[in-house]
Amino acid sequence: MIRVDGSGKSNALIQVRGLDKTYRRGGEEIQVLQRLNLDVDKGDFVGFMGPSGSGKTTLLNLLGGLDVPTHGSITVASDEITNMSSNKLTQWRARHVGFIFQMYNLIPVLTAFQNVELPLLLTKLSKSERRKHVETALSVVGLAERMNHYPRQLSGGQEQRVAIARAIVADPTFLLCDEPTGDLDRKSADEIMELIHRLVKEYGKTVLMVTHDPVVAKRADLTLHLEKGLLVESGQLGVTAGGVA
Amino acid sequence: MKFLGLIFANLFRKKLRLVLTIGSFAVALVLFTFLAVVKSAFSRGTEIAGADRLVVVSRIGLTQLMPISHRDKILTIPGVKAVTHNHWFGGVYQDEKNFFPQFVIDPENQRKVMTELVVPDDQWNNFLKDRMGAIAGARTAARFHWKIGDRIPIKTTLYGGGSSEFNLDGIYHSERPGGDESQFWLQWKYFDENAPAPVKSTAGWYVVKLNSPDDAVSVAKAIDEKFANSSFETKSETESAFAAGFAKQFGNIELLILTIGGVVFFTLLLVTGNTMAISVRERVGELAVLKAIGFSGRAVLFFVLAESVVIALVGGILGLTLAYLLIPVIGIALTGLLPPLMLSKSLLTLGVGFALVVGVISGLLPGIGAMRMRVVNALRRV
Ligand SMILES: Nc1ncnc2c1ncn2[C@@H]1O[C@H](COP(=O)(O)OP(=O)(O)OP(=O)(O)O)[C@@H](O)[C@H]1O
Ligand SMILES: [Mg+2]
Repeated sequence: MIRVDGSGKSNALIQVRGLDKTYRRGGEEIQVLQRLNLDVDKGDFVGFMGPSGSGKTTLLNLLGGLDVPTHGSITVASDEITNMSSNKLTQWRARHVGFIFQMYNLIPVLTAFQNVELPLLLTKLSKSERRKHVETALSVVGLAERMNHYPRQLSGGQEQRVAIARAIVADPTFLLCDEPTGDLDRKSADEIMELIHRLVKEYGKTVLMVTHDPVVAKRADLTLHLEKGLLVESGQLGVTAGGVA
Repeated sequence: MKFLGLIFANLFRKKLRLVLTIGSFAVALVLFTFLAVVKSAFSRGTEIAGADRLVVVSRIGLTQLMPISHRDKILTIPGVKAVTHNHWFGGVYQDEKNFFPQFVIDPENQRKVMTELVVPDDQWNNFLKDRMGAIAGARTAARFHWKIGDRIPIKTTLYGGGSSEFNLDGIYHSERPGGDESQFWLQWKYFDENAPAPVKSTAGWYVVKLNSPDDAVSVAKAIDEKFANSSFETKSETESAFAAGFAKQFGNIELLILTIGGVVFFTLLLVTGNTMAISVRERVGELAVLKAIGFSGRAVLFFVLAESVVIALVGGILGLTLAYLLIPVIGIALTGLLPPLMLSKSLLTLGVGFALVVGVISGLLPGIGAMRMRVVNALRRV
């Protein structure tokens, strides 16, 4: 169950309570997130929508442990990440988060294989074990034959599939996708969404995804809208804006 | 090392830039090594000087002559083992630029004092019997392709001029590595017979062999006291102090070389530091992704440092290899102008150290920047 009123079960995979994020630019304060609540269970597929500048990327960065909130807490699989030191947080990211970005963000000087292998370099796996994992991840995304290609030798859709393979190769607790189809044409976008959908349905992955595209958003179990620093379910804008203080 | 693939992939990102950076290291290292070799050539005199030898010159100056009678008086001082006397013989072989030091020596005592300069006995005996005889250092003999038995014409510019032909009776070698093998020795007897009146029965300087190096200070003092208030006062010092003073005559070479070396160092630092900074800046996005994936700030610093150190080592070793091949060639071209150039193991080590230091420093600043960079800000920029 995905909840935004702070009333989720205490055993939800991801629990966000009273999340505030304020940026300071010059003397001016920008409140991006205000007392935001969210509960996501294992295997959920959540979509986030909202106007540009509403704080979607900010929210994903906080959930992924890339940034720290001004107030509030984020607990993932009973680890409260908002209390962790930055070194701890780095290790936590390696184990629990798979990132998928709009611009794929592959390392151009590494082959598809080497890009996918990167997260595994942080584990104790042997070379042959790493190879097995990389090959598996690449076949899940349907690019096993392209593993020796460099990013520039791949199409945008293929690059994003390599990026997805990189995100899932270490079997993270959840995936964070920031406009994963934002830079792709309709057909490639559909293929990518088909793939992410399969990851959720076949492999039981938990996915949190930001998108501007309503067609893409439809793939999610539930789409939440970010408005005035709060998440609201579609169709009931402003209704659940409350929650536990 | 599982990160090697990543480090090397990054190194070869811009091949031209890699080649140019390695090239600047190589050129700087050739220059650095050359300077270091020249510096060590000038200071070698002091390093290889015998600790158990004193050089006695006239208090007035190096070019002032002293009576030959000083010799016997020095010998009476306790602690003195042997005394030999030398003269400067400013001759010219064929052409002014064929310079090598020519000493008029005292054959009876030369070998007792300059024990490390070795001449085979049969050659030495021929020299003793030959008033027109000469002994050449191995380096000078090789330089002019002289063989024993050759007749060597020397024009003198000091003491009246004229030209004489000397017989090359022997060749000496230095048993000490880096010792001076460029001297050319002539017979004092012949010199004294032909010298003009004011030069007759004189010595340019004395070299005193001591029983023990510990006596150096006291014996030097005793010698100078012995001739104090005479018309030929002396100044005695250890051979190394003398050599150091002699090297100073060329000006403050050490300072000059250190200055040029410092400029080379900082230029290289700026060039490679700038290159590394650019190379890091153009991939902040990638480094941010690495950090997002879970690479620590320290890992990112390590990647940047590893890159600059590899460049430094490859460029450095290339430069040292070039220097190793070039310095003998340059050395030959500069014979007579500079003391022999020697590229020692410790200099090579120093060169590698120099390259490493530049490599680490130039990688450190951008590396620390990458280490501290905030992932979210960097990702926003891509
Ligand atoms: N480092 C920062 N300093 C100051 N303001 C920031 C910073 N990062 C983000 N903001 C501001 O926070 C707000 C939310 O930004 P965010 O990138 O999360 O929006 P978004 O919903 O992802 O927008 P988009 O759809 O354009 O990607 C914006 O007004 C942005 O200008
Ligand atoms: Mg965004």
